[in-house]
Amino acid sequence: MSDVIAIKENLIKKRKRTNFLALTLSMFAMVIGITFLLWILSILFIKGFSALHWSIFTESTPGPDSKGGGLANAIIGSLMMVGSCTLISAPIGVLAGIYLSEYGDRSKIASITRFVTDIMLSAPSIVIGLFVYAMVVAKVEHYSGWAGTIALSLLAIPVVVRTTENMLRLIPTSLREAAYALGAPKWKVSLHVILRAAKSGVVTGILLALARVSGETAPLLFTALNNQFYSTNMNAPIANLPVVIFQFAMSPYENWVSLAWGGSLIITLSVLTINIITRVVFSDKKEG
Amino acid sequence: MFLISVSIFIKIYMSNEKKQSQAKQVPKGQNLLEFIFLRISQASALLVLIVLLGIFISLLINAWPVFKEFGLGFFFSSDWNINKNKFGGLISIYGTLTTSIIALLIATPLSFGIALFLTESCPIFLRRPLGIAVELLAAVPSIIYGMFGLFIFSPIFAEYVQPFLNLTLGHIPLIGILFSGNGNGIGILCASLILAMMILPFITAIMRDVFSIVPPVLKESAYGIGCTTWEVSRHIILPYTKNGLIGGIMLGLGRALGETMAVTFVIGNAQKIQPSLFAPGSSIASTLANQFGEAMPGLHFSALFALGLALFIITLIVLSLAKLMIIRMEKNQGATT
Repeated sequence: MSDVIAIKENLIKKRKRTNFLALTLSMFAMVIGITFLLWILSILFIKGFSALHWSIFTESTPGPDSKGGGLANAIIGSLMMVGSCTLISAPIGVLAGIYLSEYGDRSKIASITRFVTDIMLSAPSIVIGLFVYAMVVAKVEHYSGWAGTIALSLLAIPVVVRTTENMLRLIPTSLREAAYALGAPKWKVSLHVILRAAKSGVVTGILLALARVSGETAPLLFTALNNQFYSTNMNAPIANLPVVIFQFAMSPYENWVSLAWGGSLIITLSVLTINIITRVVFSDKKEG
Repeated sequence: MFLISVSIFIKIYMSNEKKQSQAKQVPKGQNLLEFIFLRISQASALLVLIVLLGIFISLLINAWPVFKEFGLGFFFSSDWNINKNKFGGLISIYGTLTTSIIALLIATPLSFGIALFLTESCPIFLRRPLGIAVELLAAVPSIIYGMFGLFIFSPIFAEYVQPFLNLTLGHIPLIGILFSGNGNGIGILCASLILAMMILPFITAIMRDVFSIVPPVLKESAYGIGCTTWEVSRHIILPYTKNGLIGGIMLGLGRALGETMAVTFVIGNAQKIQPSLFAPGSSIASTLANQFGEAMPGLHFSALFALGLALFIITLIVLSLAKLMIIRMEKNQGATT
């Protein structure tokens, strides 16, 4: 009898040991992950803040090894491209989301589109850049801000489509039925009732797309290129933060590298701010 | 059923309305608007499909000259010489695959551990802040990881980690050659590590979502018969979420394959295949980012498009498999609950 009990106790001990080991390992993984990621962020903040001056927002990109200078032209260029990208991708993405949720539903076309959208969500952005180069830049024979905008829109649209569809699906069917019962046509129901009810979710999707797109570098390399000078002409190469950071960080000049850190901090802060705003908007809705 | 009856009701209502001569024009105008709205929204949805096809076709057309010159052997030749006008994609394809796979080997167990910690053993008050931290870090632009790798990580890697790996793993037969030589920090292994850091929050976020779909009843009944946390994770959560986990890992792989900026900064951009992982190499994305600006229309240009096509096809396959896995998990979930 005592043998059996001893074996059982051994078994329990062994199970507890394995459990302890596994949980310790998983905590260890968490510590490793958090350490690395905090490390990256702290470096970014230290290097970035030491490079931040007011001149970053007022002066254009300097030449190599010269004093002063800022990123004003790149910031303006990025804002213009991301802004026009939002104006293009938001209506297209929302309409496509409405189609998938309200019209397509279970049809074959809708399910194929859904599948392809999910794939395009993680498609390599550099390939999108190649595509826009071949379709736009090679045809008009010069790099332009519009080409960059198109590339960014192609990246943003899938994000907007998916979040819009998911948000519209959360709206209860009874709301649709109530609107139909009043004799409203389907497009009015979709636009004025369903979309309005899901407004905060849809806006979240657009903001998330914006956040994702504003840090993208690869597709802009082949489309918007860069411009050393201040320019707001979207038909010509235009300066933008990601490409400026890429070129400056790869250069051997100290003032350029320092500006690159400043630019990285600006991008990261704006992306994180957008993300936090969406979280606040969304949690408000949940409580209400 | 209710919807059908509503639509029948609407149809009857409409046909009644048509009989009234005065109201005749209103539904007509409405029908037109309805038609226009449907077509516009349908066109927007189809745009995504068209873009996918368009990417494929335009890459193929632009890559065609190089296939005519070298045939499919382009993908298996490691001869990349711009001056002699000879091109083969093997070096870049090798770089892309190795960096992504090593990154995945490092990131998967770590993110599994983190996701498990967050869903099972983390104190409740830490759960939300840590979860948000992981999600926010997944949003940090990849160029930041690249800069971090180039300026901070690679010097430390060269000074401490490489000699250590060289002395320990470097003396094991067979795999020793992978860790041989004195690198300067920048190379395939460094790129893989940076890539691993970048996809870590991404995979973790997916795994956490996947873990959270396990019905609490299943977990509770296992705890009820005296299972430990690890046993519940190993025998309940893991089998239940298997397809979703694999799907999530493959989504991470898709991200890693196409990543440009995090890799370009630290891979070294050498058009060579060397046995040591410390040696510089290049991936498809880094080759494109570095050489596209200087490429003259012609064979070089077309070779770069062929590389883009290869990358696109590889990621398409990986992402489709990932998506199929996740769809399968969702179907199973519907069947069992």
